[in-house]
Order: sequence, then structure tokens, then C-alpha cells
Amino acid sequence: MESSRRRFLKVAGISALGAGSIGAKPVLNAFAATGGGHGEEKPVIKMVPNKESLMGTRWAMVIDTRKLTSAGDLEPMIEACHKVHNVPKLENKNHEIKWLWEEEFKHAFPGKINRYIEDEAIAHRPFLVLCNHCENPPCVQACPTKATFQREDGIVMMDFHRCIGCRFCMAACPFGARSFNFRDPKPFIEEAELNKKFPTRCKGVVEKCNFCAERLAVGQMPACVDASKGAMAFGDLDDPESEVRKLIRENFTIRRKQNLGTMPSVYYIV
Amino acid sequence: MLELALKGTKRYYGWITGLLIVIGIGVAFWLYQLQFGLGITGMSRSVSWGFYIAQFTFLVGVAAGGLMVVLPYYLHNYKAFGRITILGEFLAISALVMCLLFIMVDLGQPNRMLNVLFYPTPHSMLFWDMIVLNGYLFLNIIVGWNVLEAERNDVPPPKWLKPFIYLSIPWAVGIHTVTAYLYCGLPGRGFWMTAILAPRFLASAFAAGPAFLVLLCLLIRKVTRFDPGKEQIQTLGKIVTYAIIINVFFFGCEVFVAMYSQIPEHMDHLTYLFAGLHGHDSLVPFMWAAQLLMVVAILLLINPKARQNEPALAVACVMVFIGTWLDKGLGMISGGFVPDPLHHVNEYAPTIPELIITAGVWAVGFLVLTALFKIVTGVKEEAMG
Repeated sequence: MESSRRRFLKVAGISALGAGSIGAKPVLNAFAATGGGHGEEKPVIKMVPNKESLMGTRWAMVIDTRKLTSAGDLEPMIEACHKVHNVPKLENKNHEIKWLWEEEFKHAFPGKINRYIEDEAIAHRPFLVLCNHCENPPCVQACPTKATFQREDGIVMMDFHRCIGCRFCMAACPFGARSFNFRDPKPFIEEAELNKKFPTRCKGVVEKCNFCAERLAVGQMPACVDASKGAMAFGDLDDPESEVRKLIRENFTIRRKQNLGTMPSVYYIV
Repeated sequence: MLELALKGTKRYYGWITGLLIVIGIGVAFWLYQLQFGLGITGMSRSVSWGFYIAQFTFLVGVAAGGLMVVLPYYLHNYKAFGRITILGEFLAISALVMCLLFIMVDLGQPNRMLNVLFYPTPHSMLFWDMIVLNGYLFLNIIVGWNVLEAERNDVPPPKWLKPFIYLSIPWAVGIHTVTAYLYCGLPGRGFWMTAILAPRFLASAFAAGPAFLVLLCLLIRKVTRFDPGKEQIQTLGKIVTYAIIINVFFFGCEVFVAMYSQIPEHMDHLTYLFAGLHGHDSLVPFMWAAQLLMVVAILLLINPKARQNEPALAVACVMVFIGTWLDKGLGMISGGFVPDPLHHVNEYAPTIPELIITAGVWAVGFLVLTALFKIVTGVKEEAMG
């Protein structure tokens, strides 16, 4: 099952794209190992993290919505995310691509709304939504090619080169987290803004937030967390000392559509 | 036997030419879609499946409907259907060709289609759908072709065929069950999340498939010397009657559960389809038309006098076919996406290029159907001398 491309992504997630000599070597080995075939073979690659890689077993995010009260507060995070991942700006709403965006409470948490909340500030507070990197992801279950898959650390990833564009994952995702490239996205990324360290996509494939796997691999926090001035935290749920565990311990948090059993990894303090 | 499809009247060739023209235009627009991307369709981030997948779902039903002639003949030894089982099998083949083409035109990267085989993924229902659809196509080609060839040579069908015939019976149920499982296992899509989706799909399949077969039988009697038979058409009519009643009953069960429980995730989709939601109501007239057509068809069909009158039966069958098509080919897929999981209401309507590509696929199906039925009627006419 493990073809070169997939293994490349797994390894690259740890060793990082273009992250210097430590990272480059296993990547090359990964290509050499399969001979380009599609057959099933045992992975021969030992994943070698960079010295600086952030390692976890259950990555999660906590968003303190009390600190984010206006659309302007969310703008820097959305901007940072979309810029670092070469997310195109399409004017046609049908073709829109977004990894991290703003929703009202009633859309982020349908089913949790009541008419009295509507009058209160919480109803007008902008909520940041993104892929929940569910512990039990329905998109991974639905994908017929394993182009979307879950890593050992819980991150739900996309292989843009394996995706056939059937959009089954979009139907399966209960959070509307996935976007489809209805047309070639490249003309809608400004040349000057292009991040050459992250791939652009082609038409006909699905994409979504990757919890900044490529940044974790080089020891950086997700771009949105970095830009959030402390309103967002990221860490390992399996580490009781992590910041996310601390926040969950000290605050009451909610997650989106918990009743569906997908076990989202994005927590909200309201 | 293929040569039989090449000998025809001017009218036959005119029809074939017409279909080829539609196919040609469809292919041209498909090439445009390949070049631009699926952005030429009306689909969106919210409604990520549209007309193509809806046609696919409906046509899986037409394919499964062939079971209704195969089962009575082979399992109940209902001799009269021996004359027309081949029509059911060949109808299934052409419907399956359309199903596979509709999946293909819906893919964002059709050139990577074989990844489904290279990386087989049993936890994906699409993987199983690929297996059951191709398997059913294969079974119908093997069975249909060999039975017809035996008939032409005036010998009994080969014995090795029996297991394939018996296998094709549960397999027909399987294709529509797995197709329903594509939808009804998805968390957060309340409209589809109902255990009755697969039974309902089967009921509408066993109505739409045989209804179309009745119409084809009447047409064959008119344009060829082969008469599929009065009794055969009447029995098909009874099957359509039962199936369409069961279909409407199943739908009623679904409406009751959603509307009486008043759970928003289940109720909102039905509200959108039949009354409109937040001012969005483009599908409302179509959905009511579907129900009206099916109910009027039932009233016609349960009346023995009307059912036994072939023109009236034909009218009822047209109503059943169009009614189930509107229900499944129009409402079933968009209905599940509106409102979307974040409770935004974004409506979907197919675009002109999307409709042209759809027409092209239907034309391919009709071309296959015409050629296969031409062969059948050719063999039957030869036998008559």
C-alpha cells in the first residue's frame, strides 16, 4: 500500500520539505525504495524526525473565543494560514477555497443555538472554524484511494497527487472543512505572495487544513497559532503538561458536533 | 450476433445518427470540462455532488430493475418471462454503462481513476460500489449474450451459465444497496441517514426499471415483428404497481419520522424540498410534481381496467418513470446537501454545459440499448422466419 508518494508525505511531514540535509535523505530513500510501482510492500523507511521537529501523539488546538471578538481579530490568522499554504482567492463563492475561516455561532455550532443566545454577544462573536482533525475521521473512512489519511500523531492529511476528485470526503465531512479545486487555482495566487516551500494544487483535487504539518516538522507552531497573539493554543493532548491540556483543565470547552462521535481535536472556550 | 445491429432501416440509422450527434456534442463539452475543471458545472463547495451523481443513482435503480424479469423466470419458473428476460438484462447493461460514465465525468481527476484499484480501500463504500457495478455489468454481459446466442442456435443455454444467473439475482439487490450505503452512512447528512434508504432505493428501482421496460416492450411491438407479449406486459404492470406503492409508502415512513420527531437535521431537508427554506425554494415544484405523478400513477395502476388497457398502462409507466426520476435524479442528491452541515442554504442548479454532458451520457446509454435491443429483435425475428 505504501507507495513512494505517501511515504514521502509521511516522511516529509517529519523531516520537512527542503528542511536541510537531515530531512532530504529519507525522502530520497523513499523514492528509491518502491521503484515507482503500485504494489503492496512493507515500508522500509524509518521515520527520522528533525532535531527541531515538534513531536506529539495527539495534536489538538484550543481557541479562546473570548479573546476574539471582531472579524478584524480573526483576519491575521486566516491571512497567515492562507498565505503560507498558497490558498487561492477565488471571487466565485461556489469555487471558494478556505482552510480557516469565520462563522457565526449558529453556523459553527448548529444545534447549540437558542433564541436567548441570539441576543447576546456570543451570537455575534466570530468563530474560527477549520478541519477538526477528528480522532475518528469520516473523511478517511470515505476516501476510496486513501488519498486522505490519518497520521500516527492524529493529523488528517491529504495526498494531492493521489486524490481522484470524487469528493466523497466532502460529503462525509460534517464540518464543511473541505474545499474542491473547481478550476486551476494557480492564477488566483498572487505571484509575489507565493510560498515556494509549500505545494500549489492542481484543478480537480480536494484540500483542507493540515494542522501545519510542514511547520511542526521544522519546530514551528501552526501559522494561525503564531499569528493569534495567544488566543489559540496548540499542543499534544497526550501530554498532561501541554498548554492545550492546561487550558482544557482550567476552562469549560466545547467542540463542534460532539454527538456525531468523530471526536474533533479543536476545542473552543466560549 | 453483433452484425444484427448493423442491418437496419433508414429510420434506425437516422436514430443512431441523432444519438451520435448528441454524443459528439457531449464529448466536446466534456473535453471543455476536462480543460477548465468541474467549475463549469453548478456544483459548489456546499453542494459538492450534483446532477451527474444524481443520474448515476437513478440509473443504478434502472439497472437493478432488470431483476424483476430475471427473478420470476429463473426462481419461480414463470415461463412467460422467458421471452423478455433478455430485455431486462440488456437494459441493465446500458444503464450500467451510463452509471460508470456518470461517475467518470464527475471525477475531478479522471486520469487517476485507477487509483481505486491500485490502493483498494475496503472501508470506503465507493470501493465496493466499483466492485458491485462492474461485477453486475460483467454478469449481465455473460448471461445475456450466451442465453441469446443459445436461443439463436436453437439449443438450450450452456449449463455453466446457471451459477452466473443465480448469482446475478442477489447481485442486483447488492448494487442498489451499496449505492444507498454511499449516502446513508455519512454522519452529519441527516437527509440520507435513514436505514430505509436502501429499501427505498430498491422499491423505486423495481418501479422505474420495469416501467421503462413496459414502454420499451410496447415500442418493440410497434417497430419490429417481435411481440414481447400481452401477458408479459401485464405482469410487468403489476410489478410496477406493487413497487411504486411500496416506494411511496417508504417515503411516507421517512416523512413521518423526520416531521414527527422534528429533529432539525432530518426535518430541514424535507422542508427545503417541499416548502423551501429561508426563501430558497427552487426544487419545490419539482418535488410536488414527483409526488403527484407517483400518486396519480398508483390510482391508474390499481384500477384493473386502466392497467389492462395498454395505452393507459403506458401513461402510468411514463408517470412512474418521470416521478421516480424527479424524486431520485433531482431531489435525492441536492436535497441531502441543502442545507449544508453548517446550516447554510446554498442552492444548486445544473448549468447548460452540465446538462449537455448529461445528455451525452444518456445518448451513449441509448446507443448501447438500441444496438442490444436491435440484436435481440433480430434474433427473435430470425426465429420467426
